[in-house]
Amino acid sequence: MKITKDEVQHVAGLARLEIDDADVEKFARTLADILEHAGSLGRVDTADVPPTAHAVQISNAFRQDVVAKHLENEAALGNAPESEAGSFVVPKVIE
Amino acid sequence: MTPADLCGLTMHEACDLLKKMEISATELTDAVLERIQAIEPRIDAYITVTDQSARRQAEAADEAIRAGNAGPLAGIPVAVKDLICTNGIATTCASKMLEAFVPPYDASVTEKLNNSGAVMVGKLNMDEFAMGSSTENSGFKITRNPWDLSRIPGGSSGGSAAAVAADMCLGALGSDTGGSIRQPASHCGVVGLKPTYGRVSRYGLVAFASSLDQIGPITKDVTDAAMLLSAIAGHDPRDSTSVDRPVPDYRAELSTDIRDLTFGILTEYRDAEGMDPQVSSAVEAAVRTLTDAGAKCVDISLPHTEHAVAAYYLIAPAEASSNLARYDGVKYGYRNPEAGGLKQMYNCTRSEGFGAEVKRRILLGTYALSAGYYDAFYKKASQLRTLIQRDFAAAFTRCDIILAPTAPTPAFQIGEKVDDPLQMYLSDIFTLSANLAGIPGLSVPCGFARGNLPVGLQMMANHFAEADLLKAAYAFEQAAGINGKKPEIGKDPA
Repeated sequence: MKITKDEVQHVAGLARLEIDDADVEKFARTLADILEHAGSLGRVDTADVPPTAHAVQISNAFRQDVVAKHLENEAALGNAPESEAGSFVVPKVIE
Repeated sequence: MTPADLCGLTMHEACDLLKKMEISATELTDAVLERIQAIEPRIDAYITVTDQSARRQAEAADEAIRAGNAGPLAGIPVAVKDLICTNGIATTCASKMLEAFVPPYDASVTEKLNNSGAVMVGKLNMDEFAMGSSTENSGFKITRNPWDLSRIPGGSSGGSAAAVAADMCLGALGSDTGGSIRQPASHCGVVGLKPTYGRVSRYGLVAFASSLDQIGPITKDVTDAAMLLSAIAGHDPRDSTSVDRPVPDYRAELSTDIRDLTFGILTEYRDAEGMDPQVSSAVEAAVRTLTDAGAKCVDISLPHTEHAVAAYYLIAPAEASSNLARYDGVKYGYRNPEAGGLKQMYNCTRSEGFGAEVKRRILLGTYALSAGYYDAFYKKASQLRTLIQRDFAAAFTRCDIILAPTAPTPAFQIGEKVDDPLQMYLSDIFTLSANLAGIPGLSVPCGFARGNLPVGLQMMANHFAEADLLKAAYAFEQAAGINGKKPEIGKDPA
């Protein structure tokens, strides 16, 4: 399996990562190794096998909607890189 | 008792002495803090040592013991992997991204430890965001194996296993997404238990792969693992995947009578690629020990074992790529201060905040989920997950406990596999399946390879059969009689 540098950059863009040129080649090579190994799954017949997303059977884990104490606004903003007037501040979105 | 004797105690031994007031929580905690200070430069197990709050907790424990209302772990110095939230105490995930993150709340397990009277002495090193098998991916430092300082302690809970092995705490919590409790326990000669998915609340555990992650104990012996599991297990409405079942007193269920248990030996391990012959011998000797102790042993097969690595390394990175999207420089964690617009801020923040292995897994997961590849990779892996679960279901009709090596080799050299991630991933072959199936797995020391490198025997049981698992491990531990050997720390790395 071959992964091109362009493919690495495309996926990095989807994941909001910037990979510099020095690293792209390394990621392309290691990702290709791993995906090549993963390709062995193709040999297993899974035509009638349902996928599993979760190991333990739980469905609809409801709980009562009750008013309780939660994080105060100040504590919730305590780790924010920038905040103002009880809100998170982000850089300009629209130029 | 000398400070070294105090640090060398198991949790249950210390509990007995504390209850009888033959030792105090304060002197025990001081001894552990002094030992951390003395040998931390050689082991590098801790990211944060919480000496001040630990001393306060120890004083409170002594008071509670005197007053007769102490919790079950009162005065026991424990440490916690640095991805479990601790209110007011930095929780870094060994990542530059969270270097300055101080949680405003406790994880459920932290609350439970506090309520049980335990004394938390610090936060332990790990692979960044729990991604790794050697603790070399920590953004801060490399933890060394107390048995041989030139070797890795395993990972991702390498700090937890090394600290327990080196008597730098009496017990620890780790987390296990693909073997991250069991493999370091095996490499450091201690006991590590990954509970059934849903047995322990994940509330306040920084998420890596949410359908696989589980918190569990790393301890000096099986009795301690039973005690610590009882303290942290149980349903929690804040984790909707935690399961509402009663929590037994696991320690009370321990016994050396295992005539009612059938052990299934995983036959696939014998031909597994890269299997170290000395690890095989140690596992075979362990099977003989169990047989001599009255256990019934049969051969069992998990035919899809060879595909576990491929399935896991698509599913876990896929979930991680989604979970780690939250690190965007907005709500908490690192933000690049110079980036102009929002999108550039996201890109710079994430590129500078994450280390290489975390980026690799995000890329891998994003690729496996992306248009055109989803069916061939993520969906296929999820179908393999079903087949792996069916393998276990079939095996458990023939046995109660599955026996296998925890890892195919003893601890490898620092630096040996850093440039070849696939080789690193392949070393997880025997532990990944338990996470994919959601069953509990445990590693118990079963001998040594090359003189002084610990080897772990893995035991796996059906969902929520932790009591059987701990009983089997306890019986083995008692019969094998290899506990008590300690690493000689002090030699410089070779």
